[in-house]
Amino acid sequence: MIIVTDLSHKIGTAPILQDINMTLEKGGVTALIGPNGAGKSTLLSLIARLVPIQTGRITVDDLTIGACPTDVLARTLAILPQVIDTAPLLSVRELVGFGRYPYHKGRPTAEDHAKVDYALETFQLTPLADRRLETLSGGQRQRAQVAMTFAQDTDYILLDEPLNNLDIAASRSLMAILRDLAATHSRTIVIVLHDINYAAAYADQIVAMKSGQIVATGSPEAIVTDRLLQDVFQTDPKVHCLNGKMMVQV
Amino acid sequence: MRLTVVLLLIALSVVSLFVGVAEVRVSTLWSDPEALRLLAISRGPRTIAVVITGGALAICGAILQMLVRNRFVEPMTAGTGQGAALGILLVTLFAPDAPILAKMAMASFTALATSAGFLAIVQRLPPTQPLLVPLVGLIYGAIIGACVTFVAFQADLLQYIQIWMNGEFSGILQGRYELLWVAAAVGALSYLAADQFAIVGMGRTVSVSLGLNYTQVVVLGLLSISIVTALTVVTVGMIPFVGLVVPNIVSRLAGDNLRLTLPMTAMSGAILVLASDIVGRLVRYPYEIPVGSVFGILGAVVFLWLLYAPRRHAQ
Amino acid sequence: MHSKRLCLLALFLGGCIAGYLLLGARGNWAFVLPFRGNKLIALLLVAIAVSTATVLFQTITQNRILTPAIMGFDALYVLIVTILVYLLGGQVFLQLPAVGQFVFNTTLMLVAALALFGSLLTRARGDLMRMILTGIIFAVLFRAITDFLQRMIDPNEYAVIQISSYARFARIEVELLAIASVLTCAALIATWRMRHRLDVLALGPDAAINLGENPQRGMFQALIIIAVLVSVSTALVGPMAFMGLLVVSLAHMITPTASHAVLLPSAALISAITLVGGQFVLERVLGLSTPLIVVVDVVGGGVFLILLMRGKRR
Repeated sequence: MIIVTDLSHKIGTAPILQDINMTLEKGGVTALIGPNGAGKSTLLSLIARLVPIQTGRITVDDLTIGACPTDVLARTLAILPQVIDTAPLLSVRELVGFGRYPYHKGRPTAEDHAKVDYALETFQLTPLADRRLETLSGGQRQRAQVAMTFAQDTDYILLDEPLNNLDIAASRSLMAILRDLAATHSRTIVIVLHDINYAAAYADQIVAMKSGQIVATGSPEAIVTDRLLQDVFQTDPKVHCLNGKMMVQV
Repeated sequence: MRLTVVLLLIALSVVSLFVGVAEVRVSTLWSDPEALRLLAISRGPRTIAVVITGGALAICGAILQMLVRNRFVEPMTAGTGQGAALGILLVTLFAPDAPILAKMAMASFTALATSAGFLAIVQRLPPTQPLLVPLVGLIYGAIIGACVTFVAFQADLLQYIQIWMNGEFSGILQGRYELLWVAAAVGALSYLAADQFAIVGMGRTVSVSLGLNYTQVVVLGLLSISIVTALTVVTVGMIPFVGLVVPNIVSRLAGDNLRLTLPMTAMSGAILVLASDIVGRLVRYPYEIPVGSVFGILGAVVFLWLLYAPRRHAQ
Repeated sequence: MHSKRLCLLALFLGGCIAGYLLLGARGNWAFVLPFRGNKLIALLLVAIAVSTATVLFQTITQNRILTPAIMGFDALYVLIVTILVYLLGGQVFLQLPAVGQFVFNTTLMLVAALALFGSLLTRARGDLMRMILTGIIFAVLFRAITDFLQRMIDPNEYAVIQISSYARFARIEVELLAIASVLTCAALIATWRMRHRLDVLALGPDAAINLGENPQRGMFQALIIIAVLVSVSTALVGPMAFMGLLVVSLAHMITPTASHAVLLPSAALISAITLVGGQFVLERVLGLSTPLIVVVDVVGGGVFLILLMRGKRR
């Protein structure tokens, strides 16, 4: 369970987040949505300890962000990093292997190798295992990174706008993988999404944010409504219901 | 503001006349033939040399910045100065008895070649990375400088290199600075082409659509830069950053209309180099510190400031 | 694949060392060998110090074109020595034991490097070009102040600085060589123990945090090691602008890997080959009087330009 209590954040004098209180139960896929500048990514970065907390408190299970040693947290919570283009010399297997680093600190055991193989298998990366990252397509690279987070074997996985730069096939396949991670591997997924339709189609729960505050929390059916979209995004698209899924006409 | 600049320049020139190891007093000037002789042979030429050098280098910087369309470059550190040094070195090596004019021509030629090389490189750089241009310029200059050092080492001419690489006015006497008048003339002539340079600064497309012969103006600009730089390197040695710092300061104070600002740029360049020279003469009196060393510190600090201070937008 | 190439590099280095020690020696072997041996040790120390410092620096900044020398670390060391002579006076400075001088300089260097570059590396991370340009201008500024101070100092005392910052190849003090070896070895051991963490740090700060590494702490430790290594190499032979860039770029070509367990020894071997082999070829084969550093700088500067222009800015 992720519990956020009285969280506020400023950059310079500009308030980014104001008094956020939020409880995310274990399990399922939670999508954070909201217009640009709503503070979604900052909230995610604070939970993932990428940015130090200024005021407020975040706990993940019984670990307090900021107080808990970072290498202990790395075995409970993973964030999908932005696409790594700084180290193009890595092979897929090497990248996925880094997911085991929190456990072996550079000296992998047989178990670690097995987990890496399992992750490669799960994400259909085995044929690509020895290819360099730079030779892969954007979708394949993204998949390799998700495999790395999977190999990290954490209960919680956070993703910051992972669909950026992905085409529709890669986007749908990634979202399906995330659903599967939640369903079959009982991982808890928190994902920042730009596109409400993906949130409506794949999330169990949506958290809508606006100007640094949480406006609404609930199931896609409850959140993706004409009124709420108008309120949060200041635009008035039509919302349809198709086969039980909400869809925004753009 | 223009008046302040003129007055400052005059005041500093007068100070420059009376600062030095041998004492010259205003009160005894007319009764002391020795003092008059000192002024005519040493202090006067030195002051003139400083003013011309400062002014011409500042103008060169402004022109080069227009040609490569980037504010953070100047000829002395972007290969032109090093190219000039290479030229003189080669002449000294292969034709030590060549007349001074031939040496000058050779230095100007190599300076022209290296600056054209710089321009060619700059045109291949992505326009989205403006700071890449000065970076490439500094490295390019450093590489040519290293080549100069290499040749000098092989030919045992290192002492000469030290003279050319670090600008100094203490050696300026009557009869040893007159070439600089050519630099002054080139600087003044380029003022006539100020508008053309300003248009070239807006890019090739604009230039062509305004009916300008782009290539011709660029070649003219490179030529004046190379001649002035070569003359300066031969007579006083390299003074880094004048061409960078001065046009930037003037542009922040008085805007970017080249025809209006070029005289200001020249005078401000003269003032800053004059001030540095006077400081160099006084700070370790009776010894002298080369103007290149003084201006190196000043220039680097101002450069850092330019790099980080947000630019005020035009009022 | 990599281990085979490392072995080949090691063999090649062995050849260079043998050639350097043995070839062209006339007369008294008892005199020649210790003399050349000392010089060889100095060359090797410098080579490994430069390559290791460069690899570390490129790892914590996540790019392939920054090096400590380009960012002005070498110039900073020379400046610190000059300031010390200026403030204390050359005679006082000379009376300090060589070891004391060296440790003192290195400590100051550490403090200054952390203060200047620690904040620069954290703050300007987003804008690589601005960061490099700042570093280069820092280097120019340090050299200008050094030059200025040297002229403020008495000519006699000026000579002291020239001894302490340049041309150690000519006559290497055994005492200095000993302390330099100890410091380099300590720094190398620390680096080797960090090698797996360096692999993680190279992925970038966010990925490092995700994997449970503290990037700030890693950067701080790496900067300390870099400061020590730069002090060693600069004190022994003086500043070398593009040497590190050249040898590490070569290492990336010969052993293309992100693993520091391979990259560190590979860069060190190539660096040693460049210095020992280069010195050997220049001195004994071509008989040129130019210092090797000048040649290395021309080639390394060219590599830097090519890297910049090819767009490999990361």
